[in-house]
Amino acid sequence: MAFGTYKEVVSARATDKAIQKVAQDGGIVSALLCYALEENIIEGAIVAGDTEDAWKPEPTIAMTPEEIIAAAGTKYTFSPNAIRLKEAVRQYGLEKIGTVGTPCQIMGLRKMQSYPFATRFVADKLALIIGIFCMENFPRDSLKTFVEGKMNSSLENVNKMDIGKGKFWITDPEKESGLALKETHGYEQAGCNICLDYVAELADVSAGSVGSPDGWSTVFTRTDNGADIFTAAVEAGVIETKPMDDVKPGLELLEKLANGKKDKGQKEIERRVNMGLPSPF
Amino acid sequence: MLDGLKNKLRKFLGLEAKPDAEDDEAKAKLKQEIKSEVEAQSKPAEEAKKAADAAAEEEAKKQAESSEQISKESSTQEVEKVADKPKIGYIHMSGCTGDGMSLTENYDILSTLLTDMVDIVYGTTLVDLWEMPEMDLALVEGSVCLQDEHSVKELMEVREKSGLVCAFGSCAMTGCFTRYARGGQLAQPKHESFVPISDLIKVDCAIPGCPASPEIIAKVVVALINGDMDYLQPMLDMAACNLACGCDLQTNVVSKALCTGCGTCVLACPTRALEMIEGRPSHNKNRCIKCGACTTHCPRTWFPAEQIKKDLGL
Repeated sequence: MAFGTYKEVVSARATDKAIQKVAQDGGIVSALLCYALEENIIEGAIVAGDTEDAWKPEPTIAMTPEEIIAAAGTKYTFSPNAIRLKEAVRQYGLEKIGTVGTPCQIMGLRKMQSYPFATRFVADKLALIIGIFCMENFPRDSLKTFVEGKMNSSLENVNKMDIGKGKFWITDPEKESGLALKETHGYEQAGCNICLDYVAELADVSAGSVGSPDGWSTVFTRTDNGADIFTAAVEAGVIETKPMDDVKPGLELLEKLANGKKDKGQKEIERRVNMGLPSPF
Repeated sequence: MLDGLKNKLRKFLGLEAKPDAEDDEAKAKLKQEIKSEVEAQSKPAEEAKKAADAAAEEEAKKQAESSEQISKESSTQEVEKVADKPKIGYIHMSGCTGDGMSLTENYDILSTLLTDMVDIVYGTTLVDLWEMPEMDLALVEGSVCLQDEHSVKELMEVREKSGLVCAFGSCAMTGCFTRYARGGQLAQPKHESFVPISDLIKVDCAIPGCPASPEIIAKVVVALINGDMDYLQPMLDMAACNLACGCDLQTNVVSKALCTGCGTCVLACPTRALEMIEGRPSHNKNRCIKCGACTTHCPRTWFPAEQIKKDLGL
């Protein structure tokens, strides 16, 4: 199945204008984490915060909605949020933690929950895991290569990055410009090439851009816990939804991309295994 | 029912045909030696136990007679239930008791675990018993000092008397920080060689961690009681693994084009010997204690997809 197990899929966006303004798409991650924080479903969230270096995210323990919103927007490089989880539990003393991650990051967290070998009293503190769709991820120097080497801009000037409609887009003070995705191929990390999960199949709730119009996100609710929190956020008016059938381009495109990633990953796994290399999947 | 499960377990693990050193004369001799030693030791104790048992029986009889609520039928059921509980032993080799402590840190479920689900039949710090009894599962904590004759013999005896031997915690599984032992200290400067238990005996399953978390210990024991071999499979697979170091992440994950920079290894490290630099784990060998937690936790070394989906209800 292309999308993993889920309860419901909708097109959705945050109703908060402040979130809409800074969000990558529908602002679902920010809105859900803020809602969960305000409702005391979580006591803090580990998010991909900004650093002084442009486009170099740093895992950050956010304790207020402002800090969560400050981390909004996709950074197309690594923010290993898991590395601060023990600190959040032990130094910050948080009992209920929310976080956001790519599919592979969530795999690490879920494996830790099922087999908590060396993570004493950490596994049960994750109260909400939001997954983001992910086709591939890049080392920061790959971003530098596109932006500075191929697009004549600089990382410092770029306000927003986005991948969509076959291009890698940057918005800088001058203009919006796009680079054909085939120019970015070969710069993604090799670990991505065997990944079989596009839509964060193990998250409580997963969200991403593909399938919904600009400014909206495609959202899957998966676990009971995730569905409860999302439904409550919708009922509280924090998030508005539309049926997937009513939006363009809809699930068909998402399914095509998800299956494309799975097929490609499966082929790469076979290629590697034939060479005698290991694969966890 | 539990007996059936236990048999299933034994069969699954190939314990009926365990390839224990029948061919190895020295080992067989050592075993025989241990056997006779143990027998000699346990005789007086056995007699004492018989007397104690008889007294206890007498006491129980009196109680049963005086208690009208306990019907005869229910009391037999009770006995059967008790007899079915897996017998678990805790063996302390060259370890720090951290894993044993971790077991007891299952605060909420510990009393249920100890009274209703298992019998802890042996273990220094836990049970006042000197002779090692037969056990269904032996949790062995700590590595073995080759220069300490008693430790070596004790480990052989564990193998002899246990259905399943579990390397309990990283010292038993990989040697962990005793890998750095090199002797030269008072009062036994010769005590320099410490090996994981699978260097000396056949190990059936392993629970890494320094210490192994309370949760994983509870999960393993519950899985054993339920005969949930699917859950235990990774621990069975790890039984023979006795080398570990933070540099495994480089060798087995990064160099194999598997790393995605998720950070789980850093989360798992108990000594902060790992940090993420440009999305890859960077290993400080001066801090690493070789517990193996990082590579074990990495979602790119092995990934229990089915188990996770089951746990999440997906």
